[in-house]
Amino acid sequence: MSALTATPTARATATAKPRRARFPRMVLLFLAPFFVLYGIFTILPLLYSLGLSLYSEQTTGGLGFGGTEQVFVGLDNFTQALGDSQFLTGFVNVLLYCLVYIPVMISVALVLALLLDSAAAKARPFFRLALFVPHIVPALIAAIIWLYLYTPGVSPLIEAFETAGGTWDLTSRLSALFALGNLATWLHLGYNVILFYAALQAIPGEVLEAASIDGAGPIRTAVQIKARMILGAVTVAVLFTVVGAMQLFAEPLLLASRAPAISSTWTPNMFIYQTAFVQQDMGYAAASAVLFAAVIGVLSWLVTRVGRKASS
Amino acid sequence: MTTATSVPPVPGAPAGAGPAAPPRGGSPAHRRGSARAAAGRRPAWASRIVVNLVLAGFALYTLLPLTWLVIASTKDTADLVGTHGFALADLNFVENLTRMFAEDGGIFGRWMLNTVAYAGVGAALSVLVSLLAAFAFEMYDFRGKEKAFGFVLIGVLVPAAVTTMPLYLLASSTGMVNTFWGVFLPQVASPFGVYLARIFIASYVPRELIEAARIDGAGDFRAFFSVALPVLKPAAVTLFLMAFSAIWNNFFLPLVMLTDRSLFPVALGIYTWNQQEIADPAYAPLVIVGSLLAMLPVVALFLALQRYWKAGIGAGALK
Repeated sequence: MSALTATPTARATATAKPRRARFPRMVLLFLAPFFVLYGIFTILPLLYSLGLSLYSEQTTGGLGFGGTEQVFVGLDNFTQALGDSQFLTGFVNVLLYCLVYIPVMISVALVLALLLDSAAAKARPFFRLALFVPHIVPALIAAIIWLYLYTPGVSPLIEAFETAGGTWDLTSRLSALFALGNLATWLHLGYNVILFYAALQAIPGEVLEAASIDGAGPIRTAVQIKARMILGAVTVAVLFTVVGAMQLFAEPLLLASRAPAISSTWTPNMFIYQTAFVQQDMGYAAASAVLFAAVIGVLSWLVTRVGRKASS
Repeated sequence: MTTATSVPPVPGAPAGAGPAAPPRGGSPAHRRGSARAAAGRRPAWASRIVVNLVLAGFALYTLLPLTWLVIASTKDTADLVGTHGFALADLNFVENLTRMFAEDGGIFGRWMLNTVAYAGVGAALSVLVSLLAAFAFEMYDFRGKEKAFGFVLIGVLVPAAVTTMPLYLLASSTGMVNTFWGVFLPQVASPFGVYLARIFIASYVPRELIEAARIDGAGDFRAFFSVALPVLKPAAVTLFLMAFSAIWNNFFLPLVMLTDRSLFPVALGIYTWNQQEIADPAYAPLVIVGSLLAMLPVVALFLALQRYWKAGIGAGALK
């Protein structure tokens, strides 16, 4: 039985609101599948993580042969993590990575979107699709492809690079940033181009006509009017990219096996994985994960704030 | 049944919404086709050449690595190193393929099937669960509704890193670790999916439509499945593709949860081959052909359904 068939009064306007029911049984049935799964597989683990972060595992027998027991340590894990250079280096690495990668990616995407939007561009559908295709490729497969393209002897790109006089070396910190940044650019460039292009297409025609009447050439219009008018889209793209970069895991993990500069704790996510599953220190891993989540939470909140402001 | 070719720009986020996908694009009246650009001033041939050369250069950048993968998939281990990357050598594609499918008792086929189950079935179920919950949030009024919705939004902010480790611990104490369900079930409920589904329902399904169905005597489930769901088809496809891609790309959970290789999704399987390749280069052709084969269905799926998700980009909804 429906909870609403009791109010068969036809409401003509769109502002009509269904009657406020106590808690119709049907609503429970609609909500139950989600909330049961969400509770068990998201909320419960989250609470468990919070609990774990207050405990430390200590071996009872000598030399780690005995069992372990959970000892309540309060906020010790948190203070330890905040002073742990390995954990903090993960954030620094991501920050450096963002500083290298985001300006390049965003400016290239913006230029490409402006070129696509310009009257001079031919074969727009082809270029849009060609630029976008990598975004459909699963990230792990993309990482594997580029891993080969970073391998001397296998990669035709390195061959060309060395013929041109370059020296290939994937051991330095900078080249590790470059390797990851290039992978991410390849994967997401097209997405940002399409995002910006869509924003450009939404600029009212009158604005551009006015600029043209005022004597602005295509380049001036692109830089001074178009680029400014889609600043909102650009800001949103930057912030989304930062939040995505924070969560890097599979790609650096894969590259770490070949690029010595990428350590096993190179990003915060890798640190948490290493602490929990290699060092088996669940309490400490939980505390770092909670701190990490707090950073992500604040960043995501900023994204929505700035995003809303930019789009209004 | 409408054949809506595009998702309309997302209207303002629903009441009490948290992380809003920013509404993109102006009103349709102001949209300009590419025809408008072409109708303007004729650019000089020099700038036409420069513009298209730059675009072509970047198209090469995006397409060459994929071209390399296709060419490399035809080579044996020796030719991978011994011949130029973009030059064809002896065609060993079929040999590579048979070798790969024979490896480890045909485990690759198993991995592909697992992926269909985790990402395909999982995403379909996820969409249904999201739409059901979002339908309740959008079409009914009940006590504590917005509070409950806020509770859903908390989940959007929780990174997988925080839940994966405790999930492993919980799974190992309940015997779910190293089982199919241990990877499948945790990925079905998607808070972001519910959030987006609610926006889609608010913009696609007029309340009057549902009310009219009820007046005609349809029950709540009937109203959902026979009235709302058909209208929501494009939205459901968009949600499905997002969930599919999220599950396909979730590497952390199966890595932690599974040790039995026959339960691996294909991404994890190829990853382990790639790790074995460090010691034994003969794994290289398997990794390369495997990557190509794992990628093709995903690319085909997205290309076949591009009219659905493309408009979603403008709505700032995807990823």
